[in-house]
Parts: sequence; structure tokens; C-alpha cells
Amino acid sequence: MEITQDDNALDQFHSRLAVAGGFVLLGFVLLLLRFVWLQIVQYGYYQTRAEDNRISLVPITPSRGLIVDRNNLQLANNYSAYTLEITPAQIDNLERAIDNLATVIDIQPKDRKRFKKLLEESKGFESLPIRSRLTDEEVAKFIARRYRFPGMDVKARLFRHYPKGAFASSTLGYIGRITDRDLEKIEEADQEANYRGTDHFGKTGLEQHYEFELHGVTGFEQVEVDAGGHAVRTLARTAPVPGNNVTLTLDAELQRIAEQAFGDRKGALVAIEPSTGGILALVSMPNYDPNLFVDGIDTQSWKVLNESPDKPMVNRALNGAYPPGSTFKPFMALAALTYGKRTPEQTIFDPGYYTFGNHTFRDDKKGGHGTVDMYRSIVESCDTYYYMLANDLGIDNIARFMAEFGFGSRTGIDIEGESEGILPSTAWKKKRFKNPEQKKWYAGETISIGIGQGYNAYTPIQLAQAVATLANNGIMFRPHLVKFITDSRTGARKLIEPQPLKKIDLNPEHIDVIKQAMVGVNKEGTGARAFAGAEYASAGKTGTAQVFSLKGADYKHHAIKQILRDHALFIAFAPVDSPKIALAVLVENGGFGAQAAAPIARQIFDYYLLGKRPQAPAPVDEAAVERDDE
Amino acid sequence: MKQVFHLKVRAWWQRLIAPLDWPLLGICGLLLLLAVGVMGSASPERIGSQLTNMTLALVIMRFVAGLPPQRLASVAVPVYLIGIGLLIAVALFGDISKGARRWLNLGFMRVQPSEIMKIAMPLLLAWFFHQRTTRLRLFDFFIAALLLLVPVGLIMRQPDLGTAVLVLAAGFYVIFFAGLSWKILAGMALTALAAAPVAWSFLHDYQRNRILTLLDPEKDPLGKGFHIIQSTIAIGSGGIFGKGWREGTQAQLEFIPEHHTDFIFAVFAEEFGLLGNVVLLTLYGFLIGRGFMIAAQATSLFGRLLAGSITMIFFTYAFVNIGMVSGLLPVVGVPLPLVSYGGTSLVTLFIGIGILMSIHKNRMLVQK
Repeated sequence: MEITQDDNALDQFHSRLAVAGGFVLLGFVLLLLRFVWLQIVQYGYYQTRAEDNRISLVPITPSRGLIVDRNNLQLANNYSAYTLEITPAQIDNLERAIDNLATVIDIQPKDRKRFKKLLEESKGFESLPIRSRLTDEEVAKFIARRYRFPGMDVKARLFRHYPKGAFASSTLGYIGRITDRDLEKIEEADQEANYRGTDHFGKTGLEQHYEFELHGVTGFEQVEVDAGGHAVRTLARTAPVPGNNVTLTLDAELQRIAEQAFGDRKGALVAIEPSTGGILALVSMPNYDPNLFVDGIDTQSWKVLNESPDKPMVNRALNGAYPPGSTFKPFMALAALTYGKRTPEQTIFDPGYYTFGNHTFRDDKKGGHGTVDMYRSIVESCDTYYYMLANDLGIDNIARFMAEFGFGSRTGIDIEGESEGILPSTAWKKKRFKNPEQKKWYAGETISIGIGQGYNAYTPIQLAQAVATLANNGIMFRPHLVKFITDSRTGARKLIEPQPLKKIDLNPEHIDVIKQAMVGVNKEGTGARAFAGAEYASAGKTGTAQVFSLKGADYKHHAIKQILRDHALFIAFAPVDSPKIALAVLVENGGFGAQAAAPIARQIFDYYLLGKRPQAPAPVDEAAVERDDE
Repeated sequence: MKQVFHLKVRAWWQRLIAPLDWPLLGICGLLLLLAVGVMGSASPERIGSQLTNMTLALVIMRFVAGLPPQRLASVAVPVYLIGIGLLIAVALFGDISKGARRWLNLGFMRVQPSEIMKIAMPLLLAWFFHQRTTRLRLFDFFIAALLLLVPVGLIMRQPDLGTAVLVLAAGFYVIFFAGLSWKILAGMALTALAAAPVAWSFLHDYQRNRILTLLDPEKDPLGKGFHIIQSTIAIGSGGIFGKGWREGTQAQLEFIPEHHTDFIFAVFAEEFGLLGNVVLLTLYGFLIGRGFMIAAQATSLFGRLLAGSITMIFFTYAFVNIGMVSGLLPVVGVPLPLVSYGGTSLVTLFIGIGILMSIHKNRMLVQK
């Protein structure tokens, strides 16, 4: 088909113009009809409605639900405080009005800055806080001079409060003022009406994940408004419904002991109840005080938190990915049994190194461990045994087996932003790298995977979930922090203990071999010193992860010596027969697992199983400890 | 000496006003006057900055009006490419505001590249068809559609439905005026109708809600229905004669959201009533009529297509905005042309007016 441009073209264009004109006319007629409908036919109705608009609906913000630990101890609650609020639309010269106010009430430059920021984000006719937490004296001073300050008022507001300060901060999270991003979430959840009058929104941790449970239902007051928009009297009131209370599986006392055990060291700890997946303690150190965020953190404090080389804002338990080191060995041994590559009795001879191709992989113990069976390989943490084993299993068998235990995938814990970690395999490497040379998996790379080094990188919570699954004979649960949620209206409890995710197909005899070897670790092996004299049977495995490959840019201000020190790891569960607690501990740059991480686990177990509290902070006797064989 | 100076000024003035089209300028002047009046009621503190915007827009209009159409045609491709480049830049590093990525922060100012496309799009397509004046094949329409859909897709993704619709319409008008056959147009209309249920399933929940809200705003009076309910109350309660300047209770009591930008028509209709609305529609009618005249008299295909399309853009702005505020169309972000507060849309629209003037003044020069 061909459309040619000839003399008719102009005629055609004119006829098109005529059609467009008709279209315009049609549109205008449609609008006119709409005006006639609204402004003549329905005029009376709309006039009444405009009159009715003198009655305005004022939202009443509900109080936010509490967060309590498994023993009903409050970790997040609310308190009422007086705030001084300004309605900008009712004030002509805002700057001068605030200057005036400052003669009566202490207004800091940072208060002004914060107010200015709020003003930019607001619509002007809502009232905005300029100072919160007024003292009684300040309230009295202002009330007495209120006539001088039109458009300003003192209001009682509820504030979020974290009574324990910097405690479990990365787990609880914090709330802050609603931003555009939050608004989008509110819109998608169809909650806009319910958030009218609400200023705050959960930003991280549990506060974020359970935001819509904690928020409650906004109430409304029907208020008669005069021509200036000022409330004259209240006509009717619908009470707000407080947010639902969230009860955690977390044991606050256990959490406290764990956090104290870290002292000023960095690291993470995850303790899980193996039979439910309920998290007993979730530690990321250092922590921070979430109270700082409640009415807008000032730039100074934010800078300190955000730029600290210790990275307190990072939840190491969920977002730190670390090589598991020797804590990987029990799982490797279990893989060997499951795939029939080793029997428990089979021995190897370890001369202190393992040669593959033209590369020598060294064992930590000079001169080697000699003849080693599976039990000794775990108890003494013999590297050579696992170099050989890794080679015999092959990378893809290892990856397949470890994936079953959840290594390298998110656990699905009820906090957002969990990392995946890295479970290396030929497929992973192909996807990860661009260069064809790098895409290829080299057999030599499998060797160090066997001792939890190489590309291996897992989050502490993945490690904890894997240990808990092992302790639980292969039955896996999703780690979760919330035990139940109490409906504030009915008192009914929602969210019961979750069902198991899956049962890994494992031979019970194989599991028993591994467990006995891990018992051996705490009795006569690398964990023996930390668990000397324990009144319960525990099973564990120490680990030390080399960090030399860590990207150093973030750490450059730190003493090089310390950052090059290995990460200390420890995984354990107890009692062995019916495990009540399983955990993974990681101490960044802590040195050896036996020395830095295992004593923390001992304190946790002593308290959880026996109720025994630690006498003194965890001892760190660096000089006394010889290099344990890990 | 004095005489010479006087003559010089006179000559300078003559040159300054030479490219202007008085009927167009007169209508726009009346609309701007009306805009200042409404602004005085809706948001008096913004009059000053809006007057600055108007002055800037008029200066730009004069500049554009002085450019010959050949010059406009020669910048069509570069402007279009720059626009596309900026849209991609927005997608990559744009600032996020209210959940959408629309603005590009250049350090000293923030620009909204989708706005450029409202002019760049008809300019490019008019140029494109002009190149193929003698042999217009179906294939050319296909290419034109592709050129149109790239920026529209990019703007949809921001997401900015209002601007995407306007750019799509602007391009469509050129294709329509270029003479796309009725059969294909009918086919497209049928396809659109058939695709509606599919499109529905692709919408976000909140977008569906926006459409459902239009059907029954009372369902969610405090949430999404709030805007529509309050603006229709404002319009309806204005009656035939209106409540009078600065007497609109809906507007003055702050019940109307964004009452100085997208919803300014509600303020106007409440205070000036049906009579005011008729005056406003008449002004827009004259503006569009003059635009059509210019299109009809244009001597090059480029000029005809461009003038026709720009005129229809004015209609689309007005129709979509008024339709939205009075509850006929879903709420999308489209300003009331020449009346809403804001510099960007004002400049865009006056560039359009400038182009119309340029096409009209140069109609004799390009003949044959």
C-alpha cells in the first residue's frame, strides 16, 4: 500500500483539521454538560455538602503496639511527652515568630533545622513539632504567654521508647518520620486513610517488618470548624485502636549476657531453639541506641553512627557474610558419609600438608596429625583430611549437600534485608564472573572449600540455622523472632509456632557419628578448655576464618594488625540428647575460635540451661593461648 | 540627535514585535490575567514568583517566534535525541520524589526531561513526515510509531502517567494529521478496547483503585476519594454565578488539595461558577481556533503538522485537567494550561505558542 502526497494532500489535511475540530467541540460539550450537572442540577446537594465541610474530621493517632521478649519484658514501648507545635499556615512571618518563641522556650539551632526540614516536606496547614519533651516548667511558661503566640500550641504526644537503650538494636530496629518511600508502601498496602495523623514509620528490624501490626487503627474526631479553620467543638469521636503487641521468642536476659560477653569486640551471635526455629538471642555488635532516631536524628549523631569504621548500623548476624572456616567440617563429614565417600573408621595419613597439582595446601599443625579417622578429623580439626575429602566429593556435590542445610540462601527470618552469602559451585562461578577464564571452575579451588575457606561466605544466621538443623536430626525450621502477636481488640493470639520447613534425608547413624565427634570437640578437642567442668553434655566445633582477602578500603583507619587477624567462630548445641539451644558465634578479628568465640557460647549455655550468670566478662587471655589446631 | 534616537527605538521595537501574532497573544494575555486573579485567591503568596515565571515564558516565546520554521526543523532531531538521553539519565540517576523518578538534578537546578518531550515529540514527527512529503508509505507510519513509543515507554516507567499520556497524544496528533488511514485508526481503537482488560491486569493495585475511586469516590472518603469529592463539592457548590473572588469556602478552608497547581480549576469554578467556566472554555476555544487557522494556512507539511499537533496539545491539557478535577477522568498530574502555578509547564506551553507564531509569520516565505 502506498499513500502518495499529491494535490489532494492539502484537502486531506483540511478534512483532518475539521475532524479534530469536531473532536474538540465534543470534548468541550462534554465538559459543559458536566458543569451543568454539577453546578445547576446538583447545586443544592453540593452547596449543603460544602456547608457540611465546616465539620472536619481530625485523626487521632493510635498508640503503637509493644514489643516484649518471651518473658514479657518490654523492649519497645511508648511514653507521653509534651511537644510544642506550630501550624505554619496560621503564621505570617515564621522566622520572627520562632525568634519570639525562643525568648520563652529554649530552641536550639538543630531544632530549627529539623523544623525547617519538616516544613519543606509538609503542606503547611498541619501542625509540626519544633521542640519535643518539654519540661513541666516549660509547659507552664508557654501556657501563661500563649496569647502572644497564635498558631502555636503545646500538645501531648506519644513517643516510641526503647527502655533498654542500645540493646538488641539491630533486631528491634527503629522508627523515624514517614518519608516518600514509606508513603509508597502505605499506598500499596492501602493504608493511606489509616496513616492520616501518623508521623512515624518502622525503618529497620522488627519495627519495619511488623509495621502494620504495630501501628493500630486511627480514630477520628468530628470537629466543628469556624471560617478560619479553627476547631470550635467536638461533635463525635471514634476511638483509635492501639497497635497489636508483638511477643518475641527472644530471651532478653540471654541477649544481654551475650552482648556483654562481646565486650567491645565486634561480631555476631545467633542462638536458636532447634525444635521450633525460634530465635533466643540475635546479637550484632557494636550496637547503637535506637532512641536517637525517634524524633529525627540530628546530623551530627547520624554522621558518627554512619561513618564509624566499626559499622554499628550493619546487622552482622544477617548481613555479614564470612567464611565459616573449620565450622564447615562437620557438614563436610556428613556429606562424605551421605555420598558414601568415607566411612567413619576409614583413616588417612596426614604428613602436615596435601599436594594437589603443583600446589601444596598446608595443615595448621606442623608435622601433621598422623593417622586420622573421621572422629579425630573433627576433634583435632585436621585440614588435610578435608582437603582430600573435598577433592573426592567434588565442588558440585558439596554445593548440593550444603544447599540442603540452607547455606547460601536467605533463611527467611522476619527482618528485612537479609544477605544471601555465597555457596560456591561451578554454576555459581559461571554466573558470577564475566571473563571466560574466570567462569571456569578449577579443581584446585575445591580443595580450600573443604575447610570452609575459598569462595565460601555465609551469614551467622545461616550457620546457626544449619547447626540447629543438625542438632534437630535434619528437621529444619525457618528462624523467626516473633512467638505470637496479641490482637489489642480481642486479646487473641495470632501466629503460632511454625511448622517445620522440611526434613533433610539423612541417615540417623551418620548424624550420630557427627554429633559424637562434636561432643568430642568440647570434651577433649579444641573446645575442651572453654567447656571444662560443664554440667551438661554439649557438642561444638571451633573455627578460624582467614580474612586476608577482605577488601580493606573500609577499614583503612583501623590498625592494620588487628584487621588482619582471623575471625573466630564457634558453633554448638546442648544438651546433646535433646538439644534446647543451638548457636553460632562470630568474633571479628578475634583470633582463634577456641579462644574468643567458644567462651561466649559457654556463658550462653550456662545461663540458658542452668540459670548461671557469668561472674566476670569473658576472659581474653591472648598470651596464654597457644595456637590451637583449627 | 533626539530624533535619531527615537527612530532607533522605534525600529528596535518594530523588530521586537514583528514575529508576534496579536490574536494569539491577546488570548494568552487574557488567560494569564485570569491566572493571576485565581492565584490571588488560591495562593496569594505565590503571585510574585508566578509573575516571574510568566515573564520568563513570554521572553522564551518571543525568542522561539523569531526562529524561522527551517531552523525549528533543523533542531528537531538533536532536541529529540537530547530528550531521550535525558530520560535515560533520569532512569539511571534521577531524584526520587513521591515514589517516582522524574527529576534530574544538575546541581544548580532540577529539570524534568519528560517536559521537553511534549515539544520535541511533535517537532520530530513533523520533521520526519516532512522529509517524506512525496512518498508516504505505511512503513513510514510504522517508524513514526516507534519513534513515539520509545520516550512514552521511558516516561511511563518513571512512573508519570499524566506526562506519558500527553506525549503520546502529541505524537499521535502528528500521525493523525499526516493522514494515517481511517481503517488503521479504527483498527487501533478496536485493539485498544480489546486490550483494556489485559492492561487492567497489569496495573498496580493503587492504580486500579484510582480508577475504581473515580466510579465511586464515596467508597473511600478519607483516602483516595478525598481529592475528587472535595473538588466536585467545590465546583458544584459554585452554582451558576459562583461564590465570588476569595469567597470559596472549599478553597479558603484548604479542603482542596494542590489548590494552586493541578486542582486550581476547582478554586476557579467555586468562586466564578458556571459563567466563569464558560468564559474559560471560550478562551481556550479561541486559542484552539486560532491554532487551527494557523495550521490550515501553513504552507509546508512541517508547519501544518506541527501547528495542528501543538493546538491539539492545548486542548488535551485543558480537557484532561478539567475532566480530572470535575471527576470525569482519573487523577493524573496534568496542569490547567497557562493557569496552574509552576514555571515548567508554562515555559513548555509558551514554546508551543512561539512555534505557532513562527509558522504563521513565515507562511509566505517558505512557499514553493
